[in-house]
Amino acid sequence: MAKPTPTAGVSTRAPASQRSRTAEMLQHAKAMGKTIEVAIDGSPIAVPLGTSILEAAGQLGIRIPTLCYHEDLCLAGVCRVCVVEIEGQRTLQAACSYPISSPINVKTHTSKVRRARRHIIDLLLSSHVGECYTCSRNQSCELRELAAEYGVDFFRFGHVQKPRYEIDASSHAVVRDMNKCVLCRRCIRTCIDLQEVGVLEALYRGNRSKVGTFLDRPLADVVCINCGQCINRCPTGALRANDPTDEVWDAIDDPRKHVLIQTAPSPRAAIGECFGLEPGHAVTFELNTALRRCGFDRVFDTDFSADLTIIEEGVELLLRLKRALVDGDASVALPQFTSCSPGWVKYVEHFYPERLAHLSSAKSPQQMFGALLKTYYAQINELDPRDIVTVALMPCSAKKFECNRPEMCASGHKDIDYGLTTRELAKMIHEAGIDLLKLPKSGFDDPFGTATGSGVIFGATGGVMEAALRTVVELVTGLKIEKLFDHADVIPVRGFEGIRYAELPISQIGPVPELVAHLFDNWDFLKDVTLKVGVAHGTANAKRVMEDIKAGGRFSQCHFIEFMACPGGCLGGGGQPSPTSPAIRAARA
Amino acid sequence: MLLTERERLHDELAELVTRYGRDRSSLLFILQEVQRRHYHISQYAMQVIADLLDIHPVEVHSVVSFYSFLDERPQGQFVIRLCRTITCDMAGKDHVARQLENDLGIKFGETTPDGKFSLDWANCLGMCDRGPALLVNQQVHTQVTPEKVHGILQECRQTFGVHATSDGRETRT
Repeated sequence: MAKPTPTAGVSTRAPASQRSRTAEMLQHAKAMGKTIEVAIDGSPIAVPLGTSILEAAGQLGIRIPTLCYHEDLCLAGVCRVCVVEIEGQRTLQAACSYPISSPINVKTHTSKVRRARRHIIDLLLSSHVGECYTCSRNQSCELRELAAEYGVDFFRFGHVQKPRYEIDASSHAVVRDMNKCVLCRRCIRTCIDLQEVGVLEALYRGNRSKVGTFLDRPLADVVCINCGQCINRCPTGALRANDPTDEVWDAIDDPRKHVLIQTAPSPRAAIGECFGLEPGHAVTFELNTALRRCGFDRVFDTDFSADLTIIEEGVELLLRLKRALVDGDASVALPQFTSCSPGWVKYVEHFYPERLAHLSSAKSPQQMFGALLKTYYAQINELDPRDIVTVALMPCSAKKFECNRPEMCASGHKDIDYGLTTRELAKMIHEAGIDLLKLPKSGFDDPFGTATGSGVIFGATGGVMEAALRTVVELVTGLKIEKLFDHADVIPVRGFEGIRYAELPISQIGPVPELVAHLFDNWDFLKDVTLKVGVAHGTANAKRVMEDIKAGGRFSQCHFIEFMACPGGCLGGGGQPSPTSPAIRAARA
Repeated sequence: MLLTERERLHDELAELVTRYGRDRSSLLFILQEVQRRHYHISQYAMQVIADLLDIHPVEVHSVVSFYSFLDERPQGQFVIRLCRTITCDMAGKDHVARQLENDLGIKFGETTPDGKFSLDWANCLGMCDRGPALLVNQQVHTQVTPEKVHGILQECRQTFGVHATSDGRETRT
C-alpha cells in the first residue's frame, strides 16, 4: 500500500485518530516483554504496558462513562467524566487518558468517584443552554443520558437561561448552536485530525473559550466541505444538519405538488438504527411502503442514476484515455477523479483548485436523477416541472449543499429541491406515526425501477470504483467480469483500508456493445493497457493521495481514482444516525 | 493592504519560518516575533504563517486568540497593562487607572489614535507586595501612584524612534 509521502522538510500533522493504538502497544509490550497485572473493581487483568484504564475496564466488561472520548478520534481527556480512583493516589484520574504503567488497583464507582462525576456533569450542564424538548438530539443526547445515569436532579451550579451565541445557520448543510456546546472538542478533532479539513478549532480562553472557525466567520464563509462528520460525533445538539422536513411536509400537503423521493442505498442500510434495529439491517422495501404512507407520490431508487453515473464516468474515462494514448494529448487530465461525493468536490475546490479538471464532469447520482425527473419524467407524465418537488434521501449533509448549488439547475428548475438525511426521514416517519419495521414490503416505482447491482455497492468505499471497473472492462473486453476474477467482487479495491490501489490488465478487445461502439473507430488502443486505479476515503486519505500525485508518485500514474469525503464512504456519511464507530460502519456495508 | 505591503510581509514571514523551522512547534516563536514587530498579527499574516507551516489557518487563530500577549487587532507601540487583582485593587489601582485614562485620553481596551499607547487590564503580575503594579510592554513598574504615571508615559515617549529597541522591540518600518 502506498505510504503517505510527506513533502520535503514539512511535518504534517498526523491523524492520530487513524493510528491504531492497541496494535502499537502490543508491539511495544512484546519488545519490552511486559504485561502488567492490574485490578479493576477487584477483578484482576493482565494488560500490555500503556493500555488505558478505559480499555482495560472495557475488556472486563466494566462500563466507565465517557463524553469527550470517541473511538474514531485521538485522546483529549478534557471532559473528566471518566474519572476513577486509583488506590494510593490523592487525585482522581481520567480513565481514557491514563496509560497503565505499574500495577494499580482501580476503583470505578466509589462514593468519591460518583460524587465527582455528578459534579462534573452538573458543571457541564451549568453552561449548556437549551431545553431538551425542542432539541434535535432529544432522544439521542449523550449529555442527557449521562445526566440521567448519574442522578442529576437539580442544577447545583446554576443553569444558563439566556443564549450567549447566535445560531449559525449560514450553511446549507451544518447548523451550529454553540449555546449547547460543552467544549468536548470532538468536532475539532474530527475536523482537524480525522478529516484534516481544518475548519473548527478552540478559540479564546477560559470562560470565553468556544469552538469557532477562522476569524469566527459563519460556516458558509469558510472552507467547510459540509461532510457533517462533526454532526455524527457531537454528543449534544450543538451541531445538526440543516433540516428541511417542514418544507417537505408542506410540499406533501399541497395537492398541486407532485412530490417524488429517491432513496440511496446507504440510508436504507442505516435507517433501521433509528427504529431500534442493530446496525446492518437494510429495510429498503419496508421504507418504500413507509414513504408512500407519508404521502410521497412516487418512490424511486437512486441505484438507477448511479448506473447512469457509472456509464458516464466510464465513457468519460475511455475518451480521456483515447486522447492521452492515441492522440498523445499531454493536456488530458489523468487520473480522472470521481465526482459523486459533494464533500470531496468542495474539498478539491478549496484545497486543490489546480486539479479541478481531473474531476469527472458527470453529475452525482442524486443530481442526475433530479434532472431526469424534472425533464424526461415530467414529459412522459405530462407534468409541469414547476409542480414537481424532488426530494432525495441521502446519508449526507453535503448533498444538501450540492442540491442548492446555483449550477445545479440546467433544465431551468432546481434538479433536487430538498435533501433529507437518514435522521430527518426517520423523524418524519415517526411523526407520521408509522411503525417502519411492521410494514409490508413494496417495490420501487417505474419507469426507473430496475437497476443493476452496481448502484447498491456505491455506498461502501470502493463501490464506485468497483462498479466502474466492471462496466469499463465489460464494455471493452466483452468478457463478463466474473471471468477476470473468481467472482464479481473486485477484492483489491473494496475494504476499509484508507487508501487502496489496484491494477487490471486488459488482455483482449472483445465485441464492443452498440451503445458505445460509435465512440471510436478502432478500440485496439486499449489492448495490453493495464488499468491502474486507486481508492481513498476520508479527506485525510484523499490528501495523502493528492500529495502523492503532486510528488509524482504511484497515484500520478493512475487512470481513475475514487474519492469519498467520509471515512468508510457514504455508509459513514454525515447524515447517518449517531453514534458512529468503525464497527457500526462495517456492519452497514 | 497594498500588494507591495503584502509581498513584503510574506517575505518577512517566510524568512521567520526559515529561521525557526518549518514545523508547527515553531508557531509560537514566529507569532511572538510578528507581534513584536507589527504590534499585532493580522488576518493575512495568520493565513501566510499557516500556509508556510502547512497547518490550518484556524489553528493559528486559535493560538493567537488564546494568548493575551498576542493580538488580532493593532495595539500601540507601548501596551500598558494594569494589574486589577485584589491586592493591587486595595492598594489603589483605581486612581492609577483614572490617571492613565486621563493622560492618554482613552479607555481601557483602547489604543490612542496615533498608535503609540494601548491600555489593558492584567491579572496578577505577582507583585502583590508592591502594588499597584503595571506592565509597560515587558517592563514592570511597581508601587505606581497617579503622580508617577506622568513620568512613566514621558519615559515611553522619549524612547520613540531609534531608541525604541531598548525594550526588545524594533523600530516600526
